[in-house]
Amino acid sequence: MDFSLNDDHVALQDAVRRFCDGEYAARGRGDAEDAATAARRWKAMAELGLLGLSFAPDFGGSGQGAVETMLVAEALGRALGGGAWLSSVVLAGSLVADAGSLAQRERWLPAIAGGDARLALAVDEAHTRYRPAFAECRARVDGNGWRLDGRKTLVLDGDAADAFIVLARTTGSAGDADGLTLFLVDAKADGLRVQGFDTIDGRRAAHLGLAGVRLPFEATVGPVDGALPLVEAASDRAAAALCAEATGAIDALVEMTTEHLKTRRQFGAPLAKLQVLQHRMADMVLGLELCRSMACAAAMAVDAADPAQRRRLVSAAKVVAAQAGRSAGQWAIQMHGAMGMTDECRVGHYAKRLLAIGQLFGDAAHHLSRFDGERPQSRAEA
Amino acid sequence: MRLEFSPADEAFRREVREFVAAELPAPIKRKVELGQRLERTDYDAWYAKLHQRGWITPAWPAEHGGPGWTPLQRYLFDEETLLAGAPRIIASGINMLGPVLIAFGTEAQKARFLPSIRRSETWWAQGFSEPGAGSDLAAIRTRGVSRTDAQGEHFVVSGHKVWTSYAHWCDWLFCLVRTDPDAAKPQEGISFLLIDMKTPGVTVRPIRMLEGGTDLNEVYLDEVRVPAENLVGELHKGWTCAKYLLGHERTGIAGIGSCKQQLARARHLADRQGLSDDPLLRARLAQLEVELLALEFTGLRMMSANQRSRAAGLEASLLKVRGTELRQSIYELLVDIAGPQAVPFDEALLQGESPEPASPPELAAVAANYLDARKLSIYGGANEVQRNLVARALLA
Repeated sequence: MDFSLNDDHVALQDAVRRFCDGEYAARGRGDAEDAATAARRWKAMAELGLLGLSFAPDFGGSGQGAVETMLVAEALGRALGGGAWLSSVVLAGSLVADAGSLAQRERWLPAIAGGDARLALAVDEAHTRYRPAFAECRARVDGNGWRLDGRKTLVLDGDAADAFIVLARTTGSAGDADGLTLFLVDAKADGLRVQGFDTIDGRRAAHLGLAGVRLPFEATVGPVDGALPLVEAASDRAAAALCAEATGAIDALVEMTTEHLKTRRQFGAPLAKLQVLQHRMADMVLGLELCRSMACAAAMAVDAADPAQRRRLVSAAKVVAAQAGRSAGQWAIQMHGAMGMTDECRVGHYAKRLLAIGQLFGDAAHHLSRFDGERPQSRAEA
Repeated sequence: MRLEFSPADEAFRREVREFVAAELPAPIKRKVELGQRLERTDYDAWYAKLHQRGWITPAWPAEHGGPGWTPLQRYLFDEETLLAGAPRIIASGINMLGPVLIAFGTEAQKARFLPSIRRSETWWAQGFSEPGAGSDLAAIRTRGVSRTDAQGEHFVVSGHKVWTSYAHWCDWLFCLVRTDPDAAKPQEGISFLLIDMKTPGVTVRPIRMLEGGTDLNEVYLDEVRVPAENLVGELHKGWTCAKYLLGHERTGIAGIGSCKQQLARARHLADRQGLSDDPLLRARLAQLEVELLALEFTGLRMMSANQRSRAAGLEASLLKVRGTELRQSIYELLVDIAGPQAVPFDEALLQGESPEPASPPELAAVAANYLDARKLSIYGGANEVQRNLVARALLA
């Protein structure tokens, strides 16, 4: 049991922080990116090695694990940065690295790592909440390949993706754990309609409409009818990274709110003199430290081989991150007063990102329930 | 970074587990698991086993009879002993005075006092709080006047200490007294004295607490003669010793092992009450378990290298706040699990056996334990004071 960071970890943290300090000016954090800015940042992230962080060196990556992903996510979270990094690298890219055929890995991983291509994962549908087994998008064998029909939503950064990994039901019926398959679908495929939309945190996502999309047999990613464990693992990798992002975002809120309490004067004294606000700050710091510990634990659990432990610790971490993030957002707005309610003040942008982090890849209630289901027999009961 | 404990740490954990299973007397284990009151003889019996094994003073350096454990081993020791139903090490001599003497005491003081603390022959009481000095400890008014007579240099101590844990079982008192009332700041002019409680002028009066226990006492000091050689550290510099001691006190104060012990008790009682499938109860248990994991990993992370913290140097304060409030929530849950059976109050059952138990024995102590646990956020520096410390560092 060891939470120590080694010299390489510290160097990676510092490098990403320097990148963020240079690219994300304090007053613009959380604003939607225009195309030129997004492209420049994407290129810089490729040069830093962030876009192939977890891919094997044979595929243009640097072969790092979830702990390194956590360090990057935390630094990006502090700046509300990263753009499509989570969706393309942590979520979809890692899935291809994990389960893709050699041809798929050769086609996509070096391109993602180099900043030349983006992938997005299409799992959710309007009614599925956090239960991918209820996906109704269908794939049928049709002649020399597959035919996909259905709808997807909440495809993160979907309107900037070059291709999608789409979850579809191949056999069985809604709710079955078996019978789901992943497919690689080019963004320009006939029958595919991509409709982007804004998200509450100033980012983008997309609906996909698939009407008779035809794919060759080799478009499947991972085993036919056996996609659910892959989707769960990918979702857990993303959830773990989001816990780290939440840590960075809460850290930034602590910093901004501290500064505000020190400088804002009311009733002839700085707000920092008011004990009720001091105690709220202490609780915010406590939430931050708990969230940071759980982000570390979740990352280590993702790197470890035991899926039950991964589910349990990622769920625990996501509960803590969602709850600490929501409180920190609420308190930071409250302590900034009416200014905290404005679009100009950055506090609200952090609160919105923390809100989205809390709701994506399983909210607190979902993860509390999954955590409860994964409880090992304790010694007292054994 | 690594989630697993090393093979050496796992072996250590097994060693502790096997030791407790073999050596902890069954009646003591039963009392602890039922939340009943322990006597000094119970503690002494267990401490004697620990002493024989060389494990009674986990936090002391090896040259003074400590086992030479790493912080992680101490953590595992706490967890394993508490989960197995062993009494906590509550003795102030072991947890508080020992480290102070090792850091500030003279060679003569160490030679005289440390061995009997290790053997649990001498129990020490902590004479810090006073009626007018609780969280604001530097406001103490107990006076120590330096005198010299035919028998030599000594202090004459008069005053009134309160909330003195286990003083009715204790042989000696370590005590903060004001030796220079004219000092510029309240923290200056305080000295740290060791007082034999058999000295004329020392009176102990137990205080009955809201849950019926009498662990806390008032200690009256009326012209008590204390030899000059019983001064620890420099004259008027006792605050330095006190701060060092409170730092030590807060390190283990998160009580992670106690949290685990009580959460296991809650699960056990929920099963016995037929509540294991109650969705609301399950949600509360799961939430508390998540919070316990977060506390546990935070404690472990704070022992690790290169981990930045927004509250550098105040980790113990954060752990104290979270650990005590979590433990209080668990005790609250225990009361809710007991339902109406939290209402009977059978004092005989709290002490051991009752001829006609007023409630099932496993539920009899739940309400008293819950009430007793309200002290957790008050002692060792009230949680409000801990939050002040964290905020002051942040907002300075």
